[in-house]
Amino acid sequence: MYRYDELDQAFVEERVAEFRDQTRRHLAGELSEDEFRPLRLRNGLYLQRHAPMLRIAIPYGLLRAAQLRKLADLARRYDRGYGHFTTRQNLQLNWPALAAVPDILAELATVQMHAIQTSGNCVRNVTADHMAGIARDEIDDPRPYCEIVRQWATLHPEFTYLPRKFKIAITGSAEDRAASEVHDIGLHLRRAADGALGFAVRVGGGLGRAPVIGALIREFLPLADLLGYLEAILRVYNRYGRRDNIHKARIKVLVKTLGAARFREEVETEWLAGRGSAPLLTAADVERMRGFFRPQPYEALCDQDVTAGREPRFLAWYRYNTRAHRVPGYRAVFVSLKAHGAVPGDATSEQMEAIADLAERVSFGLIRATHNQNLMLADVRQDRLYEVWRALEAHGLAMANIGTLTDLIACPGLDFCSLANAGTLGVAHDIQRHFDDLDYLYDLGNIEIKMSGCMNACGHHHVGHIGILGVDKHGEEWYQISLGGSANGFTALGEVIGPSVAKHEVAPTLVRIVEVYRALRAEDEPFIDTLRRVGLEPFRTGAYALHPQAA
Amino acid sequence: MRYILRRREIVADDWAHLGEEAAAGTPLIVPLERLRADAARWAPWPGPLGVRLAPADAPEDLAPRLARFALVAVEFPNPGDGRGYSQGRLLRARLGFRGELRAVGGGVKQDQVFLLARCGFEAFELAPGEDLEAARRALTRYTVAYQPGATGVRVDRQRFFAP
Repeated sequence: MYRYDELDQAFVEERVAEFRDQTRRHLAGELSEDEFRPLRLRNGLYLQRHAPMLRIAIPYGLLRAAQLRKLADLARRYDRGYGHFTTRQNLQLNWPALAAVPDILAELATVQMHAIQTSGNCVRNVTADHMAGIARDEIDDPRPYCEIVRQWATLHPEFTYLPRKFKIAITGSAEDRAASEVHDIGLHLRRAADGALGFAVRVGGGLGRAPVIGALIREFLPLADLLGYLEAILRVYNRYGRRDNIHKARIKVLVKTLGAARFREEVETEWLAGRGSAPLLTAADVERMRGFFRPQPYEALCDQDVTAGREPRFLAWYRYNTRAHRVPGYRAVFVSLKAHGAVPGDATSEQMEAIADLAERVSFGLIRATHNQNLMLADVRQDRLYEVWRALEAHGLAMANIGTLTDLIACPGLDFCSLANAGTLGVAHDIQRHFDDLDYLYDLGNIEIKMSGCMNACGHHHVGHIGILGVDKHGEEWYQISLGGSANGFTALGEVIGPSVAKHEVAPTLVRIVEVYRALRAEDEPFIDTLRRVGLEPFRTGAYALHPQAA
Repeated sequence: MRYILRRREIVADDWAHLGEEAAAGTPLIVPLERLRADAARWAPWPGPLGVRLAPADAPEDLAPRLARFALVAVEFPNPGDGRGYSQGRLLRARLGFRGELRAVGGGVKQDQVFLLARCGFEAFELAPGEDLEAARRALTRYTVAYQPGATGVRVDRQRFFAP
């Protein structure tokens, strides 16, 4: 994994000093809240419903054990002993005191972390596939390129005051596990016929108010031109993106207004004109970065059956919470942050410390944050899986539900967020209660629920097989349900099935929807496939039926 | 008398904006829009002339006449409007403007000057109430940068370079 050199370390320290001065000026009354806001946002600090919220970057989701321990420590000392892992591979602390934030950032800098550009109208944390480097279908490890883009985007002199926030995802596999098609820029690694690496470039994808899949503007961008091309896209956006209306300020609106063809032309023209002064990646730049992400020193092992004779709970965990690894004898292990009764994505300081310890024992000291709000130990020897399961179970981290309906994604919602229209956590608990029978859950198979408390779509509800969107109806919390979205492999946006339902009706409505699936599915047919085969209508009818048993 | 920050020095401004009272012969900064609207007046203007760009103006439009201007002022109506950063960079890196590139407007504050300088701005007419001395210090807030930037700001270390 990447290690800071003198440049990186000097930069984060200078950044902390700058923010310390800005916070001091704000508290002394020299910087008004209006003046302070854009500065604190660019350091990850929101003012939320109850207290400030600090969003700490976990670049492309990768953490060293010492870093996770530091997060645990910060959560304990400056917060209430827990943190919230988000869909964009960040960690949020919900209760820090404003005056303490410079100290928190200074402590983060000691473990090569920061909260820079995790909010505000600038380039945000670059995200990647959580299977990077270990997936069998991988073209190349995307993380060296993520790190290059992270560094380039950090305090970019020209692009720190964009019309709106800007999200970039990079995927290195045939299957898109980074939801890159719904990012402002989605980069897919490609290998040309001559073996050269490059990227397919999509622009203008996004969720939020007007969800849209990004337009493919370049089939193959040579690696050396990565930053130059990004600069061309950002420059066109910075100059021509709308700034008069916050709801029309994302790049997707510019792409739509110009049309993808015209937008592409603008970018290509800008790119060629600016090539002489734009950064050009050298082979040495790329090699240096790739050097940080070499494969781990794996042992030469064979795949083995480690389930024989074990208890059913372990078998279920093995089946649902572990994944195939590129290297024989190893598996990737999901650390479930979706225990029934817990808040999706939350981890306590004790849990974080236990995971850090475990990572050092069994997974080369590294931890990954996934975009479905779980953690992952990516490189576990198969003969140690049982031991890992026991350790995770002891800390409530072995809920065998990854990929099932209760592995749901939810933003923090009205309980924490000042933008939210409706709560998500109560609904999540209600869903966990209605689907608490594991045999029933397993029978339903892979169903992805994604829930957002408002149109900003932090919970990615548009791309959930079942999407839930909280809306405000005359001061009451109601929920709109959509079906048919998908973010994995084949990106699709869900369709709203009908009138929104009351809070206590969300989980029962989901039960009726999955009962329709159970009735109509062909043998072993996953939920999303049945939905695509039979269409929305039977689900719509079933969802609103008052007595589903009579149907 | 207005003071500005120019090449890391606090100096009395020797330019006036159109509409400001100034001694005869004072170099004048005129909005691009006015230059266009009244070409007959400005084309034969004998003294030094500066042009002021609004955020939506395209610096490319200046290209044929750029040598006529000793100064280009780029307007930042508020700190959040970042269009001027691209205007500045294009003027320097693409159009080869060598005169004074000046940031003006309510958005020019001490917390912006480092980035502005790296985009090629060398002069700062700060927002009302801003502390010039603090802004001068802010120009050296960072000793490192990841991206290529204007040569006016020296950094000790830089990661990525233009060819």
